Amino acid sequence: MYALYEFLTGPGAWIAFAVFIGGLVVRAAFLYGLSRERDKLIYQHFNPSWGLRSIFHWLIPLGSVSLRQQPLFGLVFFVFHVCLLATPLFLLAHNTLWDQAFEVSLPSLPEALADYGTLVVMACVVFLFARRLVRPEVRAISGPWDYILLLLVLAPFLTGYLAYHQWGDYALMMVLHVLTGELMLVVIPFSKLGHLILFFFTRGFIGQEMGARREIDGRLGARTW
Amino acid sequence: MSDEELQEQTQEEEGQAQATAPKKEPEAPAPPKPIDHVKIKAILDSNLGARMRTWLSICARCGLCADSCFFYLAHDKDPQYSPAYKIKQTLVELYKRKGQVDRAWLENAKEIVWGKCSVCRRCSMFCPFGIDMAIMFGVVRAVCNSQGIIPTGLARTKQNIIETGNQMAMANEDWVETCEWMAEEWGEDYRDLVVPVDVKGAKYMYTVNPREPMYYPQDVGMMAAILHVAEESWCVPTVGWDCTNLAMFAGDKAAAAIPVRNMYNSAVELGVEQILTTECGHAYRSAAFEGPYFLDLPSGKPPVPVKHAVQLFWEYLKSGRIKIDPAKKLKEPVTLQDPCNVSRSGGLWEMLRELTLMLVEDFRDMSPNREYNHCCGGGGGFIPMGPEYKRRRMESGRVKAEQIKATGAKYIISPCHNCFDQLNDLNKEYKLGVKVVSFKELIIESMIVPDKFKPVEEDEDETAEGAGEE
Repeated sequence: MYALYEFLTGPGAWIAFAVFIGGLVVRAAFLYGLSRERDKLIYQHFNPSWGLRSIFHWLIPLGSVSLRQQPLFGLVFFVFHVCLLATPLFLLAHNTLWDQAFEVSLPSLPEALADYGTLVVMACVVFLFARRLVRPEVRAISGPWDYILLLLVLAPFLTGYLAYHQWGDYALMMVLHVLTGELMLVVIPFSKLGHLILFFFTRGFIGQEMGARREIDGRLGARTW
Repeated sequence: MSDEELQEQTQEEEGQAQATAPKKEPEAPAPPKPIDHVKIKAILDSNLGARMRTWLSICARCGLCADSCFFYLAHDKDPQYSPAYKIKQTLVELYKRKGQVDRAWLENAKEIVWGKCSVCRRCSMFCPFGIDMAIMFGVVRAVCNSQGIIPTGLARTKQNIIETGNQMAMANEDWVETCEWMAEEWGEDYRDLVVPVDVKGAKYMYTVNPREPMYYPQDVGMMAAILHVAEESWCVPTVGWDCTNLAMFAGDKAAAAIPVRNMYNSAVELGVEQILTTECGHAYRSAAFEGPYFLDLPSGKPPVPVKHAVQLFWEYLKSGRIKIDPAKKLKEPVTLQDPCNVSRSGGLWEMLRELTLMLVEDFRDMSPNREYNHCCGGGGGFIPMGPEYKRRRMESGRVKAEQIKATGAKYIISPCHNCFDQLNDLNKEYKLGVKVVSFKELIIESMIVPDKFKPVEEDEDETAEGAGEE
């Protein structure tokens, strides 16, 4: 078990991060290259200001008409994303590992806060999973991957939480925690989770397409938020 | 685009008093050709740019688009009407199967992309990723069209465009004759009124929806009167006078290029400063935004700027070039239809409101409104799709009917011909008790006509009546 843990936190981690970052970079680069050739529309009407405004409004809580229509979901959606990104990035244990390996690290959250963050992520996943099952219009478009990916996101948080509290077999939990965490990283570039970076491109595009292009005599274009 | 087919008497009795499209008989039903998968694959490939790939892969299946769609709302939130579901059934499936679909599949897809979507683009405003689903439905329409599987009404108008350059197969001579006739008729009320044809170097080249010269020639007369009173430099072209583009909704890029090419060419040849489009939504979108892409213009922009009639009206009223008699402003409650292609996809919603406020006393906005408006249900080719789609059009229009009812308005202004027809139909179907009007009509009713434009013999009466407001 220990050897496996050693592998996962050693070469395994290198591979996972390489695939995660490399995959996203390659995907973005490929799409950028393709867009220069095939999506001339983007560059003919390029307008960063409208694009950035659109992105900004979708990053703040309930910043869009769409999310305000479903405020509960809108808030869960926001809190989920914040905790999902912040908890692992600013977790003391993770930063200790970074520090040991490279002598660099990010500031850390108090452990109790990180603990709550983990709980919040798990609660949100349960909510999103239930929403997917309960709301007919969401269930109708959901395929197996939509459920699997939610569970895959849940797994490292759940195992990390159990390990931290030393519930169950600690060694096993740690192995599962690292394994599922790395699995999630690897899946990101190849799945809809790629929206981690692709969001900014599609959002920016529709912002300028509906906004800047429809701006008449300096008057408002259509706000896509 | 009132080319509702009137072969069916029942439709007529329902009050479908719109004029019949010039009849290009649909071709005699030939035995269905085998599906050309190579062609389908080619269309799918040519559309698989970076945007399409990204859209197809990042939809998170959150379902937020559902509530934005009036088809979904009008069908009591039946999930099969949600935009993401309709994409999943059609485009996603097409790419997954690499275009290997049979006729029955395409027939079913046709009912979805034309019968359950008016490409109003509202969903793209509600999608967290801003996925432009209307563009995606457009690809499915193109695939269906490539196999000749499109609503018969659109097939007919498309054929008209290919054969004559305009959607109603009206001869250019007849168009010019109509203009002359209108000049004569309206010249009785407006001294020296002319409809100038092909004037080189004019400021505006005015283009219309063929249903105007065909069935509502007064629309041409009204516009001429307004431009005349404003002492505008303008003309109509002999060729390229149809600014509408129903081939765009038929998913036929090659055919969609025809009217746009004619219009742009005339504008360049005449050396006009701008193209002016009539009060029509999709015509403006085609001329101002999509046209350059049908023609693959490297700039992505039309050769001369395109202006929608309401922009010009707004300028006239704002600057005082045309003055409105306050006593003649509409007193009754008025609401305003935001045509999707004038507001959301045209950016003109604030002008529409300012213009409305200059013409009416009791303006009541619908909710939602502006760029978030709901389609009336007649857009995206729905009106010309013919009687077989009418029932569906009435059902999905329920959302709009309820919006109108909630305002309590007695008049509804529609700066779009498609909306105009649909609103008239909804008015009958849902007994809304409203009168649908265009901005042209309101301006004609209430503008102050300076003495020099008044007909000679009535000079004195009119002055007495119109005095005192300035």
